Amino acid sequence: MTDTERAISVVVNGVPREATVPVRWLLSDALRHGLGLTGTHVGCEHGVCGSCTVLVDGQPTRSCLVLAVQMDGHEITTVEGLSRSDNRGGQVLHPIQEAFRECHALQCGFCTPGFLTTIAAGLDARDPSVEITDEEVDELVGGNLCRCTGYANIKKACRHAAARMRDAAATDVEAAR
Amino acid sequence: MTTKFFGEPVRRREDARLIIGQGRYLDDIGSDAYAAAFVRSPYAHARILDIDVSAAMDVEGLLAIYTYEDLTGPMAEPLPVLIPHPQLTAPRTGYPLVRDVAQHVGEPIVMVVATDRYVAEDAAGLIEVSYEELPVVVGVDAAEAAEHTVHDDVPDNIAARHHQETGDVEAALAASAHTLAFTQYFERSASMPMEGKGVHARWDDADSSLRVYSSTQASTSVRAAIAAKLGLSLEKVEVIAPDVGGGFGVKIVHPWPEELLVPMAARLLGHEVKWTEDRREHFISSAHERQQRQEITVGFDDDGRITALDVLVWHDNGAYTPYGIIVPINTATQLLGPYDIPVYRAVVNSVYTNTVVVTPYRGAGRPQGCFAMERTMDRIAQERGIDRALVRERNLIQPDQFPYDWGLTFQDGRPLVYDSGDYPAMIAKLKALVSWDTFAERRAAAEARGKLLGIGMAPYVEGTGPGPYEGAHVQVLGSGKVLVSTGLTSQGQGHETVFAQLAAAELGVPLEDVEVTTGDTRRFGYAVGTFASRAAVVSGNAVALAARGVREKALRIAAEVLEADPADLEIDEGLVQVKGTPGASIPLRTVAVLSNPLRYAFDEAARQATQFSGPGDDSKPPVAVGDAPGLEHTDYYSPLRSTFASGAHAVVVEIDPATWEIAIEQYAVVHDCGTIINPMIVEGQVHGGVAQGVGGALYERMAYDRDGQLTNASFMDFLMPYASEVPDIDIDHQSTPSPLNELGIKGAGEAGVIPGSAAIASAIEDAVGRRIAAMPISPTELYDLVRSDAERVINNPSGAMA
Repeated sequence: MTDTERAISVVVNGVPREATVPVRWLLSDALRHGLGLTGTHVGCEHGVCGSCTVLVDGQPTRSCLVLAVQMDGHEITTVEGLSRSDNRGGQVLHPIQEAFRECHALQCGFCTPGFLTTIAAGLDARDPSVEITDEEVDELVGGNLCRCTGYANIKKACRHAAARMRDAAATDVEAAR
Repeated sequence: MTTKFFGEPVRRREDARLIIGQGRYLDDIGSDAYAAAFVRSPYAHARILDIDVSAAMDVEGLLAIYTYEDLTGPMAEPLPVLIPHPQLTAPRTGYPLVRDVAQHVGEPIVMVVATDRYVAEDAAGLIEVSYEELPVVVGVDAAEAAEHTVHDDVPDNIAARHHQETGDVEAALAASAHTLAFTQYFERSASMPMEGKGVHARWDDADSSLRVYSSTQASTSVRAAIAAKLGLSLEKVEVIAPDVGGGFGVKIVHPWPEELLVPMAARLLGHEVKWTEDRREHFISSAHERQQRQEITVGFDDDGRITALDVLVWHDNGAYTPYGIIVPINTATQLLGPYDIPVYRAVVNSVYTNTVVVTPYRGAGRPQGCFAMERTMDRIAQERGIDRALVRERNLIQPDQFPYDWGLTFQDGRPLVYDSGDYPAMIAKLKALVSWDTFAERRAAAEARGKLLGIGMAPYVEGTGPGPYEGAHVQVLGSGKVLVSTGLTSQGQGHETVFAQLAAAELGVPLEDVEVTTGDTRRFGYAVGTFASRAAVVSGNAVALAARGVREKALRIAAEVLEADPADLEIDEGLVQVKGTPGASIPLRTVAVLSNPLRYAFDEAARQATQFSGPGDDSKPPVAVGDAPGLEHTDYYSPLRSTFASGAHAVVVEIDPATWEIAIEQYAVVHDCGTIINPMIVEGQVHGGVAQGVGGALYERMAYDRDGQLTNASFMDFLMPYASEVPDIDIDHQSTPSPLNELGIKGAGEAGVIPGSAAIASAIEDAVGRRIAAMPISPTELYDLVRSDAERVINNPSGAMA
């Protein structure tokens, strides 16, 4: 290790990792080129488009605006880590991933990972039993750029996923009785 | 063909990998590749005096530095003029790296290759280039004035004077009851895909071959260009378009300098080399479109029917003309829209400026043309005091006038002949969607709230699906899997899905058995590219024809096995069966096995086709003369000429007279692209096009200063619409199938963007009562306009004044 590199400990998609990274590397570059997690896309490198959004300790973060060394001791979730265990040894997609496919919410797919991480964090943080409002949907999709879809189907996917999560929550409540 | 999958909103097959981060875009390839970075001109027009690389040589990790001096053979010659045209009398293109004079900010001068991009940028930053600044030409007006020249040997700055006419327009104007003449402007925007360009190249020294990945819309032609420029035989070069993060036209241009330089470096260094364009590079070194000055003279009768139309356009083509005059031709020919115009003349002067090249961006000259025509219609309506919709209706081509031959030549070099359409029905649907006839009530209600409400409409006709051709290969494997490949590329349009739908419908197999490959020259070498709303029309028909060829062969082989007449057979769910005779059947996968007589049984299925497996006909060879082994077929579709899709948009804007903010209250679309393969995908194309239309009308512009510096070359400053700027869209469909191809398809890719600026300008004009003669328009510009002495406008019978 030199003065231009630092060792960091991070948890990426649930897996603890030790890495030595050049101090000037962006988190986006470390994820993509260091760890091979190429699902995180870089669209503008100045924090505007949101394609590179990942979750740092659960919070949507532009990975092109933070340095990899700043992540020491933090937990990162990328689009590759959005799916969950189904408790039967397999993986299930996050409801927003399913909804994107169901609602044709992506075309070229380049901006999609940034939307998915952002919306997933937002949906996970809200009370699923409450019906989602248009204002909430606007808030969830409002910070990312997409050049293909015109956003209509992305908004539709948000509502769709929220409805699924509401159904699931109702089922869980039912099962707990 | 079965209708099982054709016309259904089948979910996209691409999405499974894209929603889990497993797409494979250009920068995802080659993690060990060396990285290229470029030193680009900081001046819009400057002679290079010296390039000093000495400081860069000490950078650890530097591998190579290339300037023009390092280019040899065809690489040292100018880049190709892709689409020559007799009226393009002064074509000019740059070199892969600037030779003497940089003609726009962003033109590449030095390529640096290093161990990674950080190091490459370090070295690039240490290279010192000294320049002699030259006078700069920015904008069509300066280009026309020609006080300064872009290219020394083009003294009037005119690259091309494109001229088409259908009769004696001056005589027709002189004979017209009324005439109007006016001038208007349209500003630059750009495709601006979320993924910029990018190239990855790998040279195989032992094999002397090159594999190139490029984020392109035309992999077959990139391949040919690389082979020609690097002096390689075509079969030694393969080019693959991986997942491409949007194109919208900018990636149809080729070969970009980087598409040649990166493979050149990979070959010289014997190592993978990659270049991924960053956003600033995309702004200043890719392509823009749309700036024009339009001088329009129109003649019309008392009822507002056009009697003659004369259009002179000054079209800014930027520093070079790599894509010929396709955009000017589109403006000249597509301006006409759905109207029956007796005498027409268009002259487009395509002029050089010291700015980024202008090549097609979704719509490709049509949004400007639509703006010219529709602003003309509004002026006629105002001049004659006629409702704006009624003026349009009076001028429409009627359903019994098809085929409608304009006597003009379209951008594909073929006659401009509208194939089919029903424009009156389209306008009627549009009026119903926005309750056009009762708009006065909505306006009054808004006025009561202190808001200005306005409505506008704009129909269009779009030539789609031009040739020369596309091809497809369809093969059924012994596993039952069906492979479809076409050389045409994909940038998010869902080709994997729609081509699978076509093949599955034609062959009678489950959709999930079909695998589609696009844009990979290893799989299909002949193709033109994805542009001009042509993929579904041209490749779609090619896939259907290829699948039909496979079906015919399958039925012939199955008929022999089942001892039946091929005409009595059908294929359903991958099973070939005698119609109405359950049990008399053979799986298509078995037919595939039998289609290839074998000596060796490499697996259980193959046993059935080996030479001792059953009785044969000893009087015939195992493969008949003229036949071929395998259940596969290659076919091509070459259209006679373009198809013509159509549509109409209407917009209601609400303007706050305190802030002059322009809000879109309603956006309505009627859309006709002939027969639809997948309505979900078509609707998605409309949504995306409308968003770009709204962006181009209200937010996006390329802000060049007088020195040719692009002052808004970032997403912070170039305002692309977020979700908050894009309205909900009400869509109604209409379908007039094209008689030109068997599937009846017309293209859908570009339509949504075409009438945006025209319809929004009309609505704003209606709301504020001031002439809108330039787009885009910002709240500040609107504020200035209403406070100026700009021409006042009243629409009748529903007009309003600010």
